[in-house]
Amino acid sequence: MKQKLIGVLVGAALAACSTGALAQAKAPAMKLSGEAVKIGVLSDMSGLYSDLGGQGSVIAAQMAVDDFKEQAKPAYKIDVVSADHQNKADVGAAKVREWIDREGVDMVTDVLNSAVALATAKVVAEKKRILLDVGAASTRLTNEDCNPYTVHWMYDTYALANGTGKAIVKQGGDSWFFLTADYAFGHSLEKDTAEVVKANGGKVLGQVRHPLSAADFSSFLLQAQSSKAKIIGLANAGGDTINAIKAAAEFGITKNQSLAGLLVFITDVHSITLNVAQGMLLTEGFYWDFNDQTRAFSKRFFAKAKKEPTMNHAGVYSATLNYLRAIQAAGTDDADAVMAQLKKMKISDPVIQSGQIRADGRLVHDMYLLQVKKPAESKYPWDYYHVKAVIPAAEAFQPLSLSRCPLVKK
Amino acid sequence: MDRKLLGYGALLAFGLAAPFLMYPVLVMKVLCFALFACAFNLLIGYTGLLSFGHACFLGTAGYVAGHSIKVWGFPPELGLITATLAAAGLGWAVGSLAIRRSGIYFAMITLALAQMVYFFFLQTPFTGGEDGLQGVPRGKLLGVIDLTDDYALYYFVLAIFVFAFWLIHRTIHSPFGQILKAIRENEARAISLGYDVAKYKLLAFVLSAGLAGLAGATKTLVFRFATLTDAHWHTSGEVVLMTLVGGMGTVFGPVVGAAIIVTLQNELADKVGSLVTTIMGAIFVLCVLLFRRGIVGEAMALYQRMVGPRP
Amino acid sequence: MNEVFGIPIQAFMGQLMLGLVNGSFYAMLSLGLAVIFGMLNIINFAHGALYMMGAMLAWMGLNYLGLDYWWALLLSPLAVGVLGILIERTMLQWLYQLDHLYGLLLTFGLALVIEGLFLNAYGVSGQPYAIPEVFSGAYNLGFMFLPKYRAWIIVASLTLCFATWFVIERTRRGAYLRAATENPKLTQAFGINVPLMVMLTYGFGVGLAAFAGVLAAPAVQVGPLMGSNLIIVVFAVVVIGGMGSILGSIVTGLGLGLIEGLTKVFYPEASATVVFIIMALVLLVRPAGLFGKER
Repeated sequence: MKQKLIGVLVGAALAACSTGALAQAKAPAMKLSGEAVKIGVLSDMSGLYSDLGGQGSVIAAQMAVDDFKEQAKPAYKIDVVSADHQNKADVGAAKVREWIDREGVDMVTDVLNSAVALATAKVVAEKKRILLDVGAASTRLTNEDCNPYTVHWMYDTYALANGTGKAIVKQGGDSWFFLTADYAFGHSLEKDTAEVVKANGGKVLGQVRHPLSAADFSSFLLQAQSSKAKIIGLANAGGDTINAIKAAAEFGITKNQSLAGLLVFITDVHSITLNVAQGMLLTEGFYWDFNDQTRAFSKRFFAKAKKEPTMNHAGVYSATLNYLRAIQAAGTDDADAVMAQLKKMKISDPVIQSGQIRADGRLVHDMYLLQVKKPAESKYPWDYYHVKAVIPAAEAFQPLSLSRCPLVKK
Repeated sequence: MDRKLLGYGALLAFGLAAPFLMYPVLVMKVLCFALFACAFNLLIGYTGLLSFGHACFLGTAGYVAGHSIKVWGFPPELGLITATLAAAGLGWAVGSLAIRRSGIYFAMITLALAQMVYFFFLQTPFTGGEDGLQGVPRGKLLGVIDLTDDYALYYFVLAIFVFAFWLIHRTIHSPFGQILKAIRENEARAISLGYDVAKYKLLAFVLSAGLAGLAGATKTLVFRFATLTDAHWHTSGEVVLMTLVGGMGTVFGPVVGAAIIVTLQNELADKVGSLVTTIMGAIFVLCVLLFRRGIVGEAMALYQRMVGPRP
Repeated sequence: MNEVFGIPIQAFMGQLMLGLVNGSFYAMLSLGLAVIFGMLNIINFAHGALYMMGAMLAWMGLNYLGLDYWWALLLSPLAVGVLGILIERTMLQWLYQLDHLYGLLLTFGLALVIEGLFLNAYGVSGQPYAIPEVFSGAYNLGFMFLPKYRAWIIVASLTLCFATWFVIERTRRGAYLRAATENPKLTQAFGINVPLMVMLTYGFGVGLAAFAGVLAAPAVQVGPLMGSNLIIVVFAVVVIGGMGSILGSIVTGLGLGLIEGLTKVFYPEASATVVFIIMALVLLVRPAGLFGKER
């Protein structure tokens, strides 16, 4: 009965979309849990990841809401709330629990930091709300820790390893030592990259774990040096990657060994400068200077945030926009109906031009293998990357057949 | 005496009604920290030992409860008991070392040992390190009552709190409690009276650690999460602050202190961000300089000044 | 000979050198704590926060006022020292008659206040502080790679530690100080201004912490949390060494730094806990600490 009703509603919504009489036709059919649709942006507002997420993510979510309002003219209110998870899983999970219990938040996005994301995913599944995770990278979100209410939007450690790791091994970097951020994200990135390295004929000599936001990388780098590996893989992100690269220069490690940043954002390249970063290979799901659509989006973002969007910012925009489209089409913000709609529809916006959400919650779309330009090649501000290859959606992510997610029927 | 009973009755009635007046999860958090602070107060307030590492018992019990319930499939009540025993055991180990020194050294030693425990949890795989031990099921109490409902859980937590509070109250007013107070007032005299002071101190330490553990285990059940934050020295500092604000060595002080500090942190966190730390620190400084008796202590002093000394 | 126990000698010596660098920080901080404790009978929990403040002031001086490293090395400890004197005059002096624990609690509160203010202004993550021009680069000694700046940290801190030791143990002013530590009332009766001495001692002790902070700034990320994790290790160092002797705290600090470095070579997993384990062992065998007297 309920499903039938939803089906009717969805049908009505789709019909309404096609006639273009959105606002008038939709308003009466909309069933909301509260008086407004509430979107929670949970991010690192003050820590080592705040540059690639933080306030920029809030700006991106608000942009998506504004764009949606302009396109669809909804009759209901849409609110964006935000909070700082301080990179602590317990803080994030408690905040989301409170958001849902007390403020009626319908969808949580960004959730940069895998530890926080895994905890948040459990809360939304328990409370039947939606998590569209953008910033976290651990593949656990769509494998052993998957659930019907979580979508992994932008990238994951498999895609990074598959892009960057493979390319480096093919260039001859066949013995690896990992410098790993000691939490879910670092562990996933290390594991996925190690598998790619081995599958392509390389070997892994060892790893050292460093605390998140480490103050001093010198002793970890000396351990990496002891391993005599050709490549020191940096299975960390944001401030940690930047600091590790700098410390390696101080200790003369880059003379005999090279560093491979496995998750590098454009803001990181911006702060370590092209001089240091040139030639580095990296994998991203978004590059602002990719085509006219991305440039137009990024120009609007730049006007507000004073920097080019990272793939994380762009992903928050995309996730928020498509969530709003889905509730509009489903005619309700009920989590089950919206998830069904999201998984059914094609994801297409200025950021992700063509994408599809799979049963395990993975949004698959094209990824780009990029190389940092030499300073002389950079023609204008933020002109940082050569696009070496577009990795098609079908190859970029872990094949569904390998997913350990129980939701995938085999 | 009647008035005292009436007071307790009123408090209990408030406790029963609280989840309908406030956000139940927040009230449960307050209760957990109130129990934690009461356990801590048993040491500082009645034995004169300042432990600056009490978070390690809260954290340990949290992990043991989380692990035993999630991985070993223990029912919640058994998980809580196991965790409490584990914390008491750790309390025995830490206590035996720490009571070899007193005063400031005692504080530093407990702090350092707690930091060691923290690093252990950071690195050992079963805790999940920075990720924490996530998704601990609340389970069914005695196989009957479903604790996934916030209200059901609330009354369970309240019952635990009332039981522990009663236990602490009994301890303080027992002959054992009197000896502890004697040690606090004058250790040398207690020794000369023939008491084995080290033994009494250790016993008090173990009891306090166990109850702190009970608080930690309960907290894990509430948030379905055991975390490094609970074992961090910041938490050790917070419990000192709660007890200080409420009033060291008073029965209700720690409860009042915990309620104030937890609520403040919860409400301010989004508004002032990191300044919460500064505000907590400033309260600390003010209390030490001006209100060393804490809120309950000052109130009692005021009351006695108004009514005159007790007959 | 390129390897020691299967580890390249460069990496081995590198870890030892880093251990010595850490040891110099432990030495400077535990020295400050010991001096303060001797005069004021207070364990200064704010020591870590003031160390952090020293580094942050250096960073702020460079970025807002254009004051270079050398100015920072001079001005930052002075500024923190003055702040310390203010703290002593306005707060600490009221606690001398009370249980020593209140001093610990008060300085803990101060540590939170300072840490919170910087957290609020700069966030948790660290800011980079460039290594001064003279010390950029490294000496390649063949058997090891010695970054010049790390060598400077060791030299500068050892010089300062031994200068402090010399002043306190071998000069007249130091003799007054030791006298005031032993028996303040009697020393006062001899016409020495003990309260002034107490005030200056606290200022000096925290100034030393700030100096250590400035030294650390180019080597690690300058951030609000840099002091709070260090201070607990330093507490353990103080417990191990005992607070009785100046030389004792210097030697213990350096020694533990080296042991930590060695642990990083052979069993990195234990490097964060080794100091605490040693502390537990020392407590079992010699509760008063290696150089301490039972009081």
